[in-house]
Amino acid sequence: MAETKTRKKSGKKGDVLAGYGVSPELALDLLRDMLLYRRFEEKVEEAYAIGSIGGFCHVHIGQEGACAGSIKPLREDDYVVTAYRDHTQAIAKGVHPNAVMAELFGRVDGASGGRGGSMHVYDKSCRFMGGHGIVGGQVPLATGFGWKIRYADEDTVAVVYMGDAAVNQGGFHESLNMAAVWDLPVIYVVENNGYGMGTAFSRVSKTDMSAKPVPHGVPASVVDGQDVLATYAHFRELIAEVRGGGGPRFVDLQTYRFRGHSMSDPVSGTYRPTEEVERRKAEDDPIAILRDKLLAGGHLDQAALEEMDVEARQIAQDAADFAEASPKPDPSTLYDHVWAEINENGRLFFDGRDR
Amino acid sequence: MAVMTYREALNEALREEMQRDPDVFLMGEEVAEYDGAYKVSKGLLAEFGDKRVVDSPISELGFTGLCVGASMAGLRPVVEFMTFNFAFLAIDQVINNATKMYYMSDGQFPMPIVFRGPTGAALQLSAQHSQACETYYSHAPGCKVVTPATPADAKGLLKASIRDNDPVAFMEGELLYNIKGEVPEDEDYIIPLGVADLKNEGSDVSIITHGKMVHVALQAASKLEKDNINADVLDLRTIRPLDMDAILETVKKTNRVVYLEEGWPYAGTGAQIVAMIQEEAFDHLDAPILRVTQADIPMPYAKSLEILAKPSADRVVEACKKVLYR
Repeated sequence: MAETKTRKKSGKKGDVLAGYGVSPELALDLLRDMLLYRRFEEKVEEAYAIGSIGGFCHVHIGQEGACAGSIKPLREDDYVVTAYRDHTQAIAKGVHPNAVMAELFGRVDGASGGRGGSMHVYDKSCRFMGGHGIVGGQVPLATGFGWKIRYADEDTVAVVYMGDAAVNQGGFHESLNMAAVWDLPVIYVVENNGYGMGTAFSRVSKTDMSAKPVPHGVPASVVDGQDVLATYAHFRELIAEVRGGGGPRFVDLQTYRFRGHSMSDPVSGTYRPTEEVERRKAEDDPIAILRDKLLAGGHLDQAALEEMDVEARQIAQDAADFAEASPKPDPSTLYDHVWAEINENGRLFFDGRDR
Repeated sequence: MAVMTYREALNEALREEMQRDPDVFLMGEEVAEYDGAYKVSKGLLAEFGDKRVVDSPISELGFTGLCVGASMAGLRPVVEFMTFNFAFLAIDQVINNATKMYYMSDGQFPMPIVFRGPTGAALQLSAQHSQACETYYSHAPGCKVVTPATPADAKGLLKASIRDNDPVAFMEGELLYNIKGEVPEDEDYIIPLGVADLKNEGSDVSIITHGKMVHVALQAASKLEKDNINADVLDLRTIRPLDMDAILETVKKTNRVVYLEEGWPYAGTGAQIVAMIQEEAFDHLDAPILRVTQADIPMPYAKSLEILAKPSADRVVEACKKVLYR
């Protein structure tokens, strides 16, 4: 199975990508993806600040490498499901940035028609199976996707993301046990940013993250999510193993969030010192790490980088413009999609609507 | 027509629907090699194999969530809870995921899934194994709730529930599994959801009820007959969708109503029905509606106490006489 990968520092010119088995084109793609996620989430923050987005909203800034590197090796018909920090994973899996932003704005062109919001982006067409709001609630669902894959003899895989706090939920352990017993093609990925909201993992777990899947017989690995190339190489291998019938896997995908838990939280404060955040931002920015590698390797120059960034900003701006222009859901649709089947007989609504 | 038990009727419904649709599978504790804790799935493992009749670990949250995920991905799971008492461990997956997915996703993910098993009290199983769970499910938009009382209803309604495209909580009764009745043998015998059934026809008072309590209501009706009181016994059969037309019809006929249910009174099914009747048929009532429910306490073990806590035919008779001012 895939081995633990450690960060490869920028090496000699020309060989920076060799160790990962990643082509320059793919590496540039990953950089482009991460820049888009960064600019998209910054646009989200702006829109939230002026009230265009409401409710709970969790951005992925700092965690772009974990997202890009792990989703890139998947096929369109593979399943991805995640928690509520879901915007960039949706984009990575193929949901159009416009549809994600319009969802956050609560508009009809949103991925979920404005019914889900930031935490509930869905797109069945690319098997993005949602952002989910109950910690760990999506983990059994992914196990069910794995069940369906086996049931239907598909050669797809299911990837589920959860925060580090989710491994303390019962559903996580029940899922890993079943996936192991039934050999389900599911990759359980902990986006381990070290904090469940404001609670450091070490304060709520006696054992290390790597110990969590051990009782269930699910092989574990750890990878540096700030190193997108390492993440990509790691997941490429894991996905091939699982697609080939290797059974479930668990990944401790180590990362760090540069912002607060949600829009309503400060970036740092009582639960983590400002110095920690500043140090991690300086040393562990996944975009800077890849950028430096590519610059050092001669695969990128400053002008190309700037052009790439301009494009990313433009896509984010276009998404915001698209969302702003998209109509608000029509009041007449309030009751749509509660029921997939309106039975011919009897009442289904009890607020007077059916009278 | 064949005479069979409620258990056999459920078994036939499962078998026929699994034959009909390869996407239907059954998962739960002891459903396969043990043939079901209450033998509802007897013989299904032999016929359909372990891919479609699946023994789960005792992980209600986990296997329920797995089946919710499988439904989301296009299968049609039937989840067996050994009893609905154990489904409290899984209710997050039912309410937060199964019943909301279609709405949250703007209609992208229909969620055809049946959660089935016995609800309510049996005999001396005490507090944790003796509770009627209907209202936890009927409370949530997105969840249909079905409570068959007879073998024929069990078969026709289970088939309809498996074919329905929404989550259905299908609630049976431990004390019902052995009752016998005539059941149509037609493979397409379906009872549509949302159609109540008048189980006894009368004109003086309406006893409205659902599930296992239908039998208590029928006992009460025969006792009342001795006093020349003729009771309509309306079996709702499904709580969502709810056959309000049938309710209004019996109310307008008798003008006096008793709601009988196995569960607790606070925000129970009866509370909902009473609210709707007063909103929609106030002028047709000649007396306040009374409810007969379980005593508002956890179920005690001792026989002498348990009998006092459960709704009884005598209490229904008493309530009927009260609404008749007799």
